[in-house]
Amino acid sequence: MTRKILLHEMSLRDGMHPKRHQISLDQMVKLATALDDAGVPMIEVTHGDGLGGASVTYGFPMHSDEDYLRAVIPKMKNAKVSALTLPGIGTIEDLRMAADCGVDCFRVATHCTEADVAVQHLGMSRQLGVETVGFLMMAHMISPEKLAVQAKILEDSGAQIVYATDSAGFMLPSDVTERIQALKAVLRPETVIGFHGHHNMAMGVANSLAAVDAGAGRIDASCAGLGAGAGNTPTEVFVAVANRLGIETGIDLYKIMDAAEDLVVPMMDKPVRIDRDALILGYAGVYSSFLLFAQRAAAKYGISSRDILVEMGRRRTVGGQEDLIEDVAIEMSRGRTS
Amino acid sequence: MIHAAILGPGNIGTDLLYKMLRSPLLKPVWMVGAVESSDGLRIAREKGLRTTHLGLDALLPFLEEDGIRIAFDATSAKYHPDHSAKLTARGVKVIDLTPAAIGPYCIPSVNLHEHVDVPNVNMVTCGGQATIPMVAAVSRVQSVAYGEIVATVASRSIGPGTRSNIDEFTRTTRAGIEVVGKARRGKAIIVINPAEPPLLMRDTIHCLTDEEPDREAITASIHAMIADVQRYVPGYKLKNGPVFDGNRVSVWIEVEGLGDFLPKYAGNLDIMTAAAVRTGELLAERMA
Repeated sequence: MTRKILLHEMSLRDGMHPKRHQISLDQMVKLATALDDAGVPMIEVTHGDGLGGASVTYGFPMHSDEDYLRAVIPKMKNAKVSALTLPGIGTIEDLRMAADCGVDCFRVATHCTEADVAVQHLGMSRQLGVETVGFLMMAHMISPEKLAVQAKILEDSGAQIVYATDSAGFMLPSDVTERIQALKAVLRPETVIGFHGHHNMAMGVANSLAAVDAGAGRIDASCAGLGAGAGNTPTEVFVAVANRLGIETGIDLYKIMDAAEDLVVPMMDKPVRIDRDALILGYAGVYSSFLLFAQRAAAKYGISSRDILVEMGRRRTVGGQEDLIEDVAIEMSRGRTS
Repeated sequence: MIHAAILGPGNIGTDLLYKMLRSPLLKPVWMVGAVESSDGLRIAREKGLRTTHLGLDALLPFLEEDGIRIAFDATSAKYHPDHSAKLTARGVKVIDLTPAAIGPYCIPSVNLHEHVDVPNVNMVTCGGQATIPMVAAVSRVQSVAYGEIVATVASRSIGPGTRSNIDEFTRTTRAGIEVVGKARRGKAIIVINPAEPPLLMRDTIHCLTDEEPDREAITASIHAMIADVQRYVPGYKLKNGPVFDGNRVSVWIEVEGLGDFLPKYAGNLDIMTAAAVRTGELLAERMA
């Protein structure tokens, strides 16, 4: 029997992180159009930290979420467009705006232990008649059983699709298998399970395959891997692997390879790869989008970015705590000089 | 001593009770709840307060005989409008710790004296109490185009009410940054961290000034404001900053609670109750 999965494209959202949210409208429309033409079924478009992410803390983007959505959505022939939101950052007003732009899917993300913070946003998403995803970040930090309890809260609050998200690129394939199985055991059969990986330990493709084998129906991937840390599961590589295994993605391999090579790679400010800082994210279990913030703070305060990231891990920080990085760097530099 | 009532015997209401029992100006005499078996009501009785589990209506007949002049509402935004209407109609001043925000925002270190004559004042949010003083410390030196705050709180300190309406936090705090902090545009972010043992409340405040920041004046203003907040929240600490980077002024704060009824890590709740008692004391001074 052929297996069918939905690949959800991240280069225009998670890919905003390595671009410091500086992707032009023209670049975004061009890439989205190429992805649409390659048969990519769903593309996420927002600030890297989701709707309302524009801030001193996470970085001001070149254009507003609304400008990006209004530029991309009318150009899509088949691809649907999703928007991410983190309650505590993005608000209900942001959801209304994005729904008005014609977004087809909302993904409401919380730290893996805090699903009940998503109740208001999930409810509004359903009320707006938009496909609704619940997204549990940093899912490596708790056991599969505890993750399943949180997944159930999301489902009960209206999520039709529930994700286990490896925000730190920490998981190994067995970690993914256990978590997807645990979710499958408690969620309704019609609820689709998703997996979002980061490539910090070079496990993006392997972990995504483990997820599919365990019953996941939706996989996040990014063209040329453009995403936070060492990037996401590279879409073109995953499509090639899926083709070999007879997993149907509906994506044209050559076209997605060309989009990666001709459009995404030339956009990169520097290669998205497993450098020592990206590797330490995966190794120490640290939120991937801390990478550039740690590197900038390291340069400013004359300390090692790797040391900052390890300290962020030691403090059990979660997604969204970018504001602590400069604080930690100041403290570490003080420790060095005194 | 001015007699006061506490509505809502939950974590906040009970912590308020402990703080008020130390006050030289306020005497808590009634605690009002809705559940007979409430721990908060039991504690209040042990401390010598009169209590009811039948809601505010059961207290109203005793307002005059027990001389209640100030009421602290720590119930919820849903019940606050009714409570406020009934109490203010009877001449009782209301201090609102819910997000209902019927009355003007009060941040004691910034604008305590502005609202002594209104019937109802609102205590904004925990994140607002912790951060708006820093925005105001910059804006009283020079104009602030944009004020942004990130409040990071321990998962255990965030109750179901806040969780089910997280936007209320971001919206109200943002409004407070603009109205009380005097930033032309505000933004508020809340991050919940489940680490064990629970972390102390941490707050980051960024201001973007219109003109190049006057480093000396802003630094002095921030240190003075920290001292003002410490008068009612001793565990309010400047961790780092101010850091100046172009027109950006950044400050990192830590808030440790007093550990009265709430644990010390819940500095976010402590700063609310401490600010409310400080506000109550000022009203009491005016009444005495």
